[in-house]
Amino acid sequence: MRKTKFVAIVLLLALFIPFLQGCGPKATGENGQGKEPEKPTEIHIGVYEPMTGASASGGQMTWEGIQLANEMHPEVLGQTVRLHLEDNKTDKTEAANAVTRLIDQKNVVAIIGSYGSSLSIAGGEVAKNKEIPVVGCSPTNPLVTQDNPYYFRVCFIDPFQGKVMAKYASENLNAKTAVIIRNVQDDYAVGLANYFKEAFIQLTGDDKCVLAELEYNTGDQDFTAQLTQTASLAPDVVFAPGNYGDSALMIRQARSLKITAPFLGGDTWEAPEFIEIGGVDVEGATLSTHYSVQATGTDASKAFVDAYKAKYNKEPNAFAALGYDAYLMILDAIKRANSAEPAAIRDALAGTKDFKGVTGTITMDENRDANKSAVILQVKDGAFQYLTTVEPF
Amino acid sequence: MQLSMFFQHLANAISLGSLYSLVAIGYTMVYGILRLINFAHGDLLMLAAYIVYYGRGMFHLPWVPSILLAILLTAAIGIIVERSAYRPLRDSPRTTILISAIGVSFLVENLGLVLFGGRPQPFPLPVFFDSGSAQEIGGVRIENVTFAIPVVTLVLLYVLLHIVHRTKTGMAMRAVAKDFDTARLMGIDVNRIVATTFAIGSALAAVGGIMWGMKFPQINPLMGMMPGMKCFIAAVFGGIGNIQGAVIGGFILGVAEIMIVAFLPSISGYRDAFAFVILIGTLLLRPTGLIGEKVAEKV
Repeated sequence: MRKTKFVAIVLLLALFIPFLQGCGPKATGENGQGKEPEKPTEIHIGVYEPMTGASASGGQMTWEGIQLANEMHPEVLGQTVRLHLEDNKTDKTEAANAVTRLIDQKNVVAIIGSYGSSLSIAGGEVAKNKEIPVVGCSPTNPLVTQDNPYYFRVCFIDPFQGKVMAKYASENLNAKTAVIIRNVQDDYAVGLANYFKEAFIQLTGDDKCVLAELEYNTGDQDFTAQLTQTASLAPDVVFAPGNYGDSALMIRQARSLKITAPFLGGDTWEAPEFIEIGGVDVEGATLSTHYSVQATGTDASKAFVDAYKAKYNKEPNAFAALGYDAYLMILDAIKRANSAEPAAIRDALAGTKDFKGVTGTITMDENRDANKSAVILQVKDGAFQYLTTVEPF
Repeated sequence: MQLSMFFQHLANAISLGSLYSLVAIGYTMVYGILRLINFAHGDLLMLAAYIVYYGRGMFHLPWVPSILLAILLTAAIGIIVERSAYRPLRDSPRTTILISAIGVSFLVENLGLVLFGGRPQPFPLPVFFDSGSAQEIGGVRIENVTFAIPVVTLVLLYVLLHIVHRTKTGMAMRAVAKDFDTARLMGIDVNRIVATTFAIGSALAAVGGIMWGMKFPQINPLMGMMPGMKCFIAAVFGGIGNIQGAVIGGFILGVAEIMIVAFLPSISGYRDAFAFVILIGTLLLRPTGLIGEKVAEKV
């Protein structure tokens, strides 16, 4: 009796498993029915992005851009391009699993992803071993493409982003001292913080201009201990690269502890949740990112913005634009290679030159990185306002 | 370290510690009565936060009804969970129920991802707790919510102790805790008592979730994982099954976490590891916790 009941419950729970996977709002995506028999007239491109977890917002915005690009350009070499989405759940292990599934089960010839440098580094290792090219949309840590001939990206890298923010702090805000608060488990935050520090020391000419480097962990919600210390050091600026949700909570707590110094961050802050969660407290927070609709753009940019607004009824941000560019750059490579073989795509991607993307002109350098300008945004009246564009220097 | 800075750290620590205590008492109460670690406790906390979020945001309910609704609904969900996942296994080995509890936790988390979506949402705040609502006492800044949480914790502690020790239901609960079968033979409706225990435990999780949302106004379907883990540690540290112990355990954990970052900033990245070191240390050196029962567990 007891046993049958137990078996019944296990079976009942087992029933939920396909239900959960089938119903996940975007877990498999609109175009993600990968179980159909393979047709030779289709080219499969994989996408691994954080659709759930702490970085869900970033992943979903990127996915919107990729889907839009696929709708506008559904064919290459006379074949239909099929997208397969895997959720990496903002988890390094899941990121590696997602790439494995895309390659082994969906037979993709190229992959797009992922928001989050840590996730991209984990996924890149698998792609490298299986020799499938990957184009990253927004992972900005240099390690993502380093020693990985199969990883490319359409964004700038953190040494540049760190310099941009250090320059902004020192020249525009006239800051002489800074405190850095970073997530130690996030390769992106650790890297960006280091590059900021290097550049800030160079600009101020003072070894001790960074008064303290404070740390927290993924999932932390209480930053009062780090902030109390920050308050006692009274820096001119606080540089706090990290996830938009964590950072918004941190800035809230900082304001209630009466820290008035401006908070600076990187591209991960650009998410509607940053403002929704931070409320009035994030007013004045300043960040660097890849693209802004408010900056004067190219023709490609205008077509993208119009199509995006028509489809999603809102303004696109940098991540949607980068997702769009990553997809089109792969299509461009397939066209030039005149082949949908992974090796041929990889070689064509490496030769990408003057590709006209929405976020700027993209040329792959020898490290498979794009050398591009950055824009600086500031939160004002509950929205991200464009301040300026910074060319590579 | 300046004195005012130390007091600021202390205020932060009390704020965090009382929040841990609040969630830990629900954990420990269910364990104390049923000898069951309800791993879904943190996820019930998440559900309550979402009910308030939808009640306020979608149905524009005033604060009091939306909070009451969250508490009642979460209590009802707690009863359903007990009915469907724990009661059928009541006579099974304890490990089986434990695994079932983990299953419920995963189920609720994933249902949350399906229903609410993976993106974090801002938790609505009453004006009294909203940003900028802080008091300054002798150079120490204390958010209003920091005053509210210990008060809520202590009131609930008192109510809970009153229920368990001074009411007929409480007496029945204690009898069920001692011996299921004998309690049944004495005419106690065991099923009703267990359901009541779960309802109270879930209502406590709901209050914990609402206060958690007020202190950290960002909610997502996986927000219950860390509180669940930390407060489990607090409950074990205080002596699992002991309600006062959970309050003390929560406070000590909160104070320790803040102070480790305050005094040893170089190892602040290991803050979570520290909580687990406390757990392992407690289990090795004093498995019954600080003020836990002295009797050996019959597992």
